[in-house]
Amino acid sequence: MTLPLFSTSDDPGPSFTGLLNKLELDPSYQVERALGEASRAGAGHGLDITHGTTVVASRYDGGVIIAGDRRATAGNLISHRTMQKVFPADRWSGVAIAGAAGPAIEMVKLFQLQLEHYEKVEGHTLSLEGKANQLSMMVRNHLPAAMQGMAVVPLFAGFDRRRDRGRLFAYDVTGGRYEEEDYVASGSGSLHARTVIKLGKAGDLDRDTTVDLLIRSLFVAADDDSATGGPDSMRGIYPIIATIDAEGYQPLEEEEIAGRFASIVNEYVDNDGTNPNITTGGGSV
Amino acid sequence: MSMPYYVAPEQMMKDRADYAQKGIARGRSLAAIEFEEGILLVAENPSRNLRKISEIYDRIAFAGVGRYNEYDQLRIAGIRHADTKGYTYSRDDVDSQALANQYAQMLGQIFTNEMKPLEVEILVASVGVDHEGDRLFHIRYDGSVTDEDRFAAVGGDAEAIRERLAEANLEGLDISGALKAAATALSGPERTFTAEELEVAALDRPGSGRRFRRLENDEITALLS
Repeated sequence: MTLPLFSTSDDPGPSFTGLLNKLELDPSYQVERALGEASRAGAGHGLDITHGTTVVASRYDGGVIIAGDRRATAGNLISHRTMQKVFPADRWSGVAIAGAAGPAIEMVKLFQLQLEHYEKVEGHTLSLEGKANQLSMMVRNHLPAAMQGMAVVPLFAGFDRRRDRGRLFAYDVTGGRYEEEDYVASGSGSLHARTVIKLGKAGDLDRDTTVDLLIRSLFVAADDDSATGGPDSMRGIYPIIATIDAEGYQPLEEEEIAGRFASIVNEYVDNDGTNPNITTGGGSV
Repeated sequence: MSMPYYVAPEQMMKDRADYAQKGIARGRSLAAIEFEEGILLVAENPSRNLRKISEIYDRIAFAGVGRYNEYDQLRIAGIRHADTKGYTYSRDDVDSQALANQYAQMLGQIFTNEMKPLEVEILVASVGVDHEGDRLFHIRYDGSVTDEDRFAAVGGDAEAIRERLAEANLEGLDISGALKAAATALSGPERTFTAEELEVAALDRPGSGRRFRRLENDEITALLS
């Protein structure tokens, strides 16, 4: 590895992907090239690629909470039981991924580096809006691969320190960026998860109620969607949940998550296996 | 047509070295000290915006004196080197020695081949899990590198600062002790610095991930008192 030097007109500035591009290390080019060759050879569509599934995020009175299940599937097989889909993007934001696992994890890695690189080169962090736009560009650059069945659809959540509030962003495969007020969900079980959150959410809830609501949404998603993993007390595998508030990104202890799941499972047992009431902040459905 | 004068290579190198040294001597100096909980970098710098000390990677920091635009360019090249290396291999594979070598190569190259040498001296510091793993590389305008132990001083007054640090007792210092020692060595006996005149950053030894941390004015004042 040498010291990368550029003339003033050729300088990639604080962009890490721009730098990789100049050094011809940009992964999206490599994927695109491979896809082009594969489609010319008529291959690519029968490929069983590992996919990740349900991720959710919601605002609460202190910021945002982001959560995701742990299952990854390849076709109708479960390929990983302990996949991580929720990541810190930097100190004040987090990203959760759904879609083709390989490119998604690569995208997260690049996104984290992009934010860190900017911060180090410029001497200050990007605004939350700027971070959301950066992710949008990365998803858009991935569009050719998405067209071949390797879509990556992330969620982005963070604490906006200039506005002193938590903010949520959803994306589509084209890189479209949509800011949401209350909650977002992505992945194959998102329909079920979203319904649970929609019915349970009443204004800005506190941390504990919001965590319970997100856990319940993932539980229902896992119940009705084969590609979403439920709580696995046998192996001790639980979803990853993190809060992002004025203090920054903070993952929940596994013990807390396990305890909350256990109490939800008990409600089902007490109700003879039927859905218990979703009770949040006094209102019930 | 006039004939070009013959200039002896010794003379040419000496002229370049003099030129670079003069440029460096115009700026203010900085010092780095290894202490129990990490490495402290302290620079005399009244500006809050034109930094002399900055973060390169998880456990690596950069400090430069001399011409701002020149050492800032080196700083950015270092960040790019470290980030691409960490991306291509892994975060554990980024080390200060390789970076110091790259800087030395580049400065040496420019010193011999370009019209004008860079008027900078830089320090690459990396903190290990214990004192054994600490590294302080002092790289000069001509590409010469020295591997310093326990402390380093960079800049026009480096000799005097180094002497003062060598006389001070630097055993078992905490962060406050390290800051006081560095500030006294930088100021000399005639002056004392306030927090506003100093730029201070630390590489924290315990923990993992990005260990670089800037100290704000109120923290510096508290540690100096």
